[in-house]
Amino acid sequence: MDTVKVSVFRRDPAVEKEGKYVDYDVPREDGMVVLDAMKYIERHLDPSMSLRWNCSAGKCGSCSAEINHKPSLMCKTRVDSLKGDKIKVAPMAAFPLIKDVVTDVSENWALLKKIPKFTPKEGLEKPWRISQVDIERSKEFKKCIECFLCQDVCHVIRDHSTDYFGPRHVVKAASLDMHPLDTLNRSEFMNKDAGLGYCNITKCCSEVCPEEIHITDNAIIPEKERAVNISYDPIAMFLRSRKQRRAKA
Amino acid sequence: MSEQPIELDEIMNAQFIKHETDVLIIGAGGAGMRAAISAFDSGSSVTLLSKSLLGKAHTVMAEGGIAAALANVDSKDSWETHFADTMEEGVYISNYRMAELLAKEAPDRVRELEEYGALFDRTPEGTIMQRAFGAHTYRRLCHVGDRTGLEIIKTLEDQILHRDIKFFDEMYVTKLLKDGNRVAGAIGLKLNTGEFYLFMSKAVIIATGGCGRIYKVTSNSWESTGDGLGLAYEAGAELMDMEMIQFHPTGMVYPPGVKGLLVTEGVRGEGGILLNSKGERFMQQYSPKKMELDARDIVARANYAEIMAGRGTPHGGVYLDITHKGSDFIKKKLPSMYKQFLDFAGVDITKEKMEVAPTVHYQMGGIKVDPETTATNVPGLFASGEVASGLHGANRLGGNSLADILVFGKRSGDGASSFSKTVSLGNFAESDVIREIERVKSLTNSNGTNPYDIGASLEENMSDNVGIIRNEEALKKALKVILDLKEDSKTAAVQGGLKYNKGLLQALELPSMLTASEAIVRGALQRKESRGAHARSDFPKKNPDMRKNIIYKKGEDGMKLEWREVPKIPDELKKIVPQEVY
Repeated sequence: MDTVKVSVFRRDPAVEKEGKYVDYDVPREDGMVVLDAMKYIERHLDPSMSLRWNCSAGKCGSCSAEINHKPSLMCKTRVDSLKGDKIKVAPMAAFPLIKDVVTDVSENWALLKKIPKFTPKEGLEKPWRISQVDIERSKEFKKCIECFLCQDVCHVIRDHSTDYFGPRHVVKAASLDMHPLDTLNRSEFMNKDAGLGYCNITKCCSEVCPEEIHITDNAIIPEKERAVNISYDPIAMFLRSRKQRRAKA
Repeated sequence: MSEQPIELDEIMNAQFIKHETDVLIIGAGGAGMRAAISAFDSGSSVTLLSKSLLGKAHTVMAEGGIAAALANVDSKDSWETHFADTMEEGVYISNYRMAELLAKEAPDRVRELEEYGALFDRTPEGTIMQRAFGAHTYRRLCHVGDRTGLEIIKTLEDQILHRDIKFFDEMYVTKLLKDGNRVAGAIGLKLNTGEFYLFMSKAVIIATGGCGRIYKVTSNSWESTGDGLGLAYEAGAELMDMEMIQFHPTGMVYPPGVKGLLVTEGVRGEGGILLNSKGERFMQQYSPKKMELDARDIVARANYAEIMAGRGTPHGGVYLDITHKGSDFIKKKLPSMYKQFLDFAGVDITKEKMEVAPTVHYQMGGIKVDPETTATNVPGLFASGEVASGLHGANRLGGNSLADILVFGKRSGDGASSFSKTVSLGNFAESDVIREIERVKSLTNSNGTNPYDIGASLEENMSDNVGIIRNEEALKKALKVILDLKEDSKTAAVQGGLKYNKGLLQALELPSMLTASEAIVRGALQRKESRGAHARSDFPKKNPDMRKNIIYKKGEDGMKLEWREVPKIPDELKKIVPQEVY
């Protein structure tokens, strides 16, 4: 029988100090993805292996892992697209390990709570009128399925302990900032409190995004630039000081 | 000496974490999240539990849109027409009041979602765009391309995170707890830590979604194992219309890993046509007027009939073709379908035809609820979304499920919140809690029947014997298999411990999956007619004597079924709905 060799990282941090890779032989199927192979292991070879998946269709972002060292969704990685004699499946390294290839991504909810929420203009006539052109920019960011692969690949998060929230969260801020009826500007918050300054635009996040969001070009750079414009733009500074004077008067 | 640490260890493991709340919501899809928001905004403390990670619920898979009579595109649309379409599609066994509330309130729920930050596609005038869908009289579905569900989930998630709502994800509820008659809490296993929780609450809302995973070929995600059906049934709640399972006409057939994955009705809504292997547009024979946009049961059975007659595609489906609309249009209107076929099947749908076949999609039946508050017959227990029944009757209109979760999700949050203000927390014997924890633990670290094998046998049985066309012989065979599997499931056990053990989870899910399956089969046997999604080859006609609902309840010696009259529709609503024809 034609088989695929899958080498899976195994460790329960509660009882094991170090992990190891265990090899499994899985029958090859036409059009198979890595998740299919992992499900086979779970069901037939070693039910004690922990695996997280949900929609198996690239829509929910649950089955994130590092496949042959690349942050990927298991459900969207075709086995026949991978080179080498075996497929290496490891947990996302940027997150605390729960068990085997399952990681604890809960810190992301805590970060999302901190990003100021959608705040529409007050007193708008209802129902709202918005033109299609104006929703397109935000729409790109709203494709995000929160798989957190961009967080995993980000070297600022992996290698340094900073206060940088990470690419997913810049995308979230950008999706709100570019909502045509939103009144806040989150770029100052992102730069001051969310450590956006640490990002040095290596674009790794954009490369791993399964939704092909141009994270760096369309979210991170504009959020960086807008903060700079607000802080150093002489016209904006003048208007701000006038506004403050008026408020005092 | 050596025995003592083991005993100590056992006592430590038997402990649980206690958590008190006014309203406990089991399930964090669209209905559960919308319920959490309204219960919280009504002044209750709210705890939201989810089997998967937050924001991953099956709602993200919804594609086509939310049905709401905004009349932005077709100015003649109104709640009355939406109501009539819903009643007709439900083949006259829907609860009229639920259909009325849905039709009247869906527009407000859509606009409210927009105010929460959702960005719908727009008309040239800047209002919310609406698209055509099967068996809707007018263009009615408010959508975000073909990823409407994702937009709903992320928008509601944002609202939840910015409210003081406590949530526990990867939490599986194994049992509801009762104080006398009333449901007043639940026991849960936190999958990612292996810890047990005791939730004490004044009201409980079940919003766990459907049971599609009891079938082998299904569009449903991993979670849809009918958990809430089982919990409610064991607690004494009535189920209704369980025999009504919707097959979506278009699921993917290739490659095997994604067999059953949904191909949105939006493809047909935007002009896609169905062809058999001879290149014939066969819907001309089955439904010359409505063609590809007839009700889901009709299109699904047409696809099935073509495949059965040997006019299927190489992978056992029919063709769905939208290439004539051009590449730009397809990529703009159906971006995730374009990607889905390219990524999984290597098919470019702007140039090639898709291969599709019917796939299990939705349970119309479920827990019987009161239309106004979504209360069940058990005090303190509420239900909304796919797990609840009544709205869709014998068949569901596309887009009505997303309207359902918003309208009745809100109503269940309001209903449970009001109820919670009339009672205090319940009392339970700690020994009951410990007994349940011991039961769960006894399934681990031991040898027994592999729960995945039981699950796989069940899925195969349901797909083979309780499919799109049913008959007495196959149904009886199915029932026998289910009853045997129920016995087998008593010996289910897994290796490994409590933490992130998916085999254990499958073992815990089996009782609910088997309850759902048993109800579907018993109901399908009882309903000796063909109505809506329920088609019997041995009783191909509709029977006026069976324009009734079937109720399922746990009796002392097993499942009890009874016919119950459909609530009588008031005259002023009756005149809106076309008369039923036999």
